[in-house]
Amino acid sequence: MAADTAVTSSPEETLASLVREAEALKQKLEEERQKLNDVTLSCVAERLEPITISNLKVRRILKGHQAKVLCCDWSPDKRHIVSSSQDGKLIVWDAFTSSKELTISMPSTWVMACAYAPSGNMLAAGGLDNKVTVFPLGGSGEEEPAARKRTVATHTSYMSCCLFPNTDRQMLTGSGDGTCALWDIESGQLLQSFQGHGADVTSIDLAPSEMGDTFVSGGCDRAVLVWDMRSGHAVQAFDAHQSDVNSVRFHPAGDALASGSDDASCRLFDLRADREVARYGRESVIFGANSVEWSVSGRVLFAGYGDYTACAWDALRGSRLALLPGHEHRVAAVRLAPDGTALATASWDATLRIWA
Amino acid sequence: MVTMNSNEKTAQKACQQGPSKEVAKSGKDDKENEKKDKKDRESMIANMPPSVQALMATVPSPEESPNYLAYKKMEAIIEKMQDENTGVPVRTVKSFMSKIPSVFTGSELVAWLTRHLNLEDAWEALHLSHLLAAHGYLFPIDDHCLTVKNDNTYYRFQTPYFWPSNQWEPENTDYAVYLCKRTMQNKARLELADYEAESLARLQKMFSRKWEFIFMQAEAQSKVDKKRDKLERKVLDSQERAFWDLHRPMPGCVNTTELDPKKLSRINALKERRLQQCRDIITQHNLKNNPIVTITNPQESEEAIQKNSEAVKENGESSHSELATLEGDKPSIEAQIEAAKRQVTVLKARLERRNVRVSKVAEIFISYCEQYAEYDAFLTPPEWPNPWISDTTELWDQEKQCKEPLPLRRVRRWSFNLRELLRDPPGRDHFAKFLNKEFSGENLNFWLAVQELKALPICRVASRARDIWKEFLDSNAPSPVNIDAASRELTRVRVESGKPDRYCFDQAQAHVYHLMKSDSYSRYLRSDMYKDILNGSKKKTSVKGIRSIVSFTGRKETSAN
Repeated sequence: MAADTAVTSSPEETLASLVREAEALKQKLEEERQKLNDVTLSCVAERLEPITISNLKVRRILKGHQAKVLCCDWSPDKRHIVSSSQDGKLIVWDAFTSSKELTISMPSTWVMACAYAPSGNMLAAGGLDNKVTVFPLGGSGEEEPAARKRTVATHTSYMSCCLFPNTDRQMLTGSGDGTCALWDIESGQLLQSFQGHGADVTSIDLAPSEMGDTFVSGGCDRAVLVWDMRSGHAVQAFDAHQSDVNSVRFHPAGDALASGSDDASCRLFDLRADREVARYGRESVIFGANSVEWSVSGRVLFAGYGDYTACAWDALRGSRLALLPGHEHRVAAVRLAPDGTALATASWDATLRIWA
Repeated sequence: MVTMNSNEKTAQKACQQGPSKEVAKSGKDDKENEKKDKKDRESMIANMPPSVQALMATVPSPEESPNYLAYKKMEAIIEKMQDENTGVPVRTVKSFMSKIPSVFTGSELVAWLTRHLNLEDAWEALHLSHLLAAHGYLFPIDDHCLTVKNDNTYYRFQTPYFWPSNQWEPENTDYAVYLCKRTMQNKARLELADYEAESLARLQKMFSRKWEFIFMQAEAQSKVDKKRDKLERKVLDSQERAFWDLHRPMPGCVNTTELDPKKLSRINALKERRLQQCRDIITQHNLKNNPIVTITNPQESEEAIQKNSEAVKENGESSHSELATLEGDKPSIEAQIEAAKRQVTVLKARLERRNVRVSKVAEIFISYCEQYAEYDAFLTPPEWPNPWISDTTELWDQEKQCKEPLPLRRVRRWSFNLRELLRDPPGRDHFAKFLNKEFSGENLNFWLAVQELKALPICRVASRARDIWKEFLDSNAPSPVNIDAASRELTRVRVESGKPDRYCFDQAQAHVYHLMKSDSYSRYLRSDMYKDILNGSKKKTSVKGIRSIVSFTGRKETSAN
């Protein structure tokens, strides 16, 4: 017994000293960061003209889902939208004419994520079935897309988000099992697994760079991680949020990212300054931000909230530009059209709305 | 009274707390009770073996519920509202023949919120009131739809006992008892609504065997209720009704107690895992110390486990074995040291990272916005009418055509950076033409080939990589790309390694990109070719168009200087 303690005491001491060292480093890091935090973004942005986007109105309402809409994505053709819903349906809309073009029934309910391929010829969707299924659109034969579906990726927990990383041939997913993964669509092979989150991954976004090999993920461990797709390692981490991170989105310039969290705030993290540079929220915003989105210039940050509204923030000055009321239940997703002319919101009230 | 989850203790609490004249006061009582409960729980946990203690601490608490933060914020507002002096004035209203106790009006509520939260928008205050009602913190006294109107409709506060943060998950049997009870009280205000009557019929069918039992429970509750003071009953009846309006909402009303499926899966998985761990430890423990006691009922609740673990404790002290089992779950000391070492390395790397000052970053954000404001449809109207506003597709048709002359805004964008140029297909083609004239087209071709390689299905990557090597980098390549010897060697090793991957040209590609960016691209921007296409581009004679031309000529002058 005594011998036991003697043996174990030395690694314990090592551990204790390592922990002390880590603490000291953390403190030093905080000091260093504080030195660089010479001024706030909103202070610098004071000199800018205030902007107004008062003319923002609902231009289309897409009705047809029978249950909560959980996710949506724009087609690269700028007028079609795919949306997924709690009842296991995937709908392709011509948003411009507000008409349904295609309904696909998924094998399971709770389709939490859906995405359009960059070519516009393929859809991906999945959710509580832990899988990503791809559906080729159009093309050869009279066959229904549902008949030509294929399972690409399988996680050990629900699939919370998916995207095509600049190509129709690969698929990037995030899951409730705490990992992100890159898949080869043709073979269903796992190309790279990304492990680092301490809890469920809720959202991913690809960096808008030429190379396209950096992406960001947010999770229920309150962390935002920036990944190098080639090495599979997290290269940067931001952990300022006080609750689950629900959404992450790269700034169009690619050097910063916005996040939305259950702590009811949206934040702007800068990769160059390696810190939070702005926070968007106010006392009357009580519910979590479920989804965030940038306007083309990075001046406006849109956010969809659990309080049935969406919101437009002046990302530089930090003030609220507009409140987008209309939905009758949680706003689950906000997505900007590829040409930046409109914003789509998907809600648990079973509708999608197009704002411009 | 509603009894949830057959948890008698809470039910008792509800009864004790019931008879109180003022809702605000009852709130205080409840809080004290809560505190006491918490203490009880803590002392109970303290008596448990350390391993179970450790695990109990990780069982999901209300704090982990996804709505927890929102609930707490709403409760903070509600508490302020219930302040005797600065809150919303609660009063008893005399109406024809009777009194309406403890109410306030919708307009009072909206006014209070507007004032205390500094809301400039009247809609926002109304919406917030609606949210408070929809989550069950206050309710209209005679309407099943939990919403707020900005008028003289009367509202009442919900008692903290029924707040959603208590994580109610009421069962259908409870609902059946409640509905059944309502039918026994022949009062107009307690009459069942149509949808409630339907639910009652449905439940009666569902619980046909248990119905006698449900009926008896309802009868007993109804008897207790009848003993209460008249006004107090009015309040309590309405609060109970509001509770069910929240958990079994009227058709067409939003059920705010529904959770995000992602969060729900997460909480369920956590609970499952932790309870399983608790069970494992206790089973193991019992096998070791007291093989007679068997507690392997899979349906065992958390409370049962707590009790059992207490029993275990009484049965004999033996923290060693528990610690041993606990260590089985926990990472070993070596693993912990590894993790700590890793953390230290990460922290050191972060310290070494050269970061940019926030002031500099802010300037970059601002200049980016200024540069792109023209292309942001929310800030500047597009050159052709916005399709969503004007219902015409002119904008998209123009973009698709890609015919020269191209719109000025589009061509100007090519000059922002190389990425913008390469992203726009006509821009890329134009740049390729320019490079071909300069006899350096292979750089772009190589770069594009590698981009394409990265997007290929995995089965075609290896062969394509070898093709790219042969075409651009081999010693007798038909269109050789100039890169430094080190990068070439590194690439060669990776290509000839037998299984070249998608990233084997990474370094070479980055080198070529840098070359194009620093050399060819800046020459392209200064070339007559770019100037010609820019000058030939269509100018829209709108106010915006003129402004952009002015700013463009201004820029040209400076570059000429």
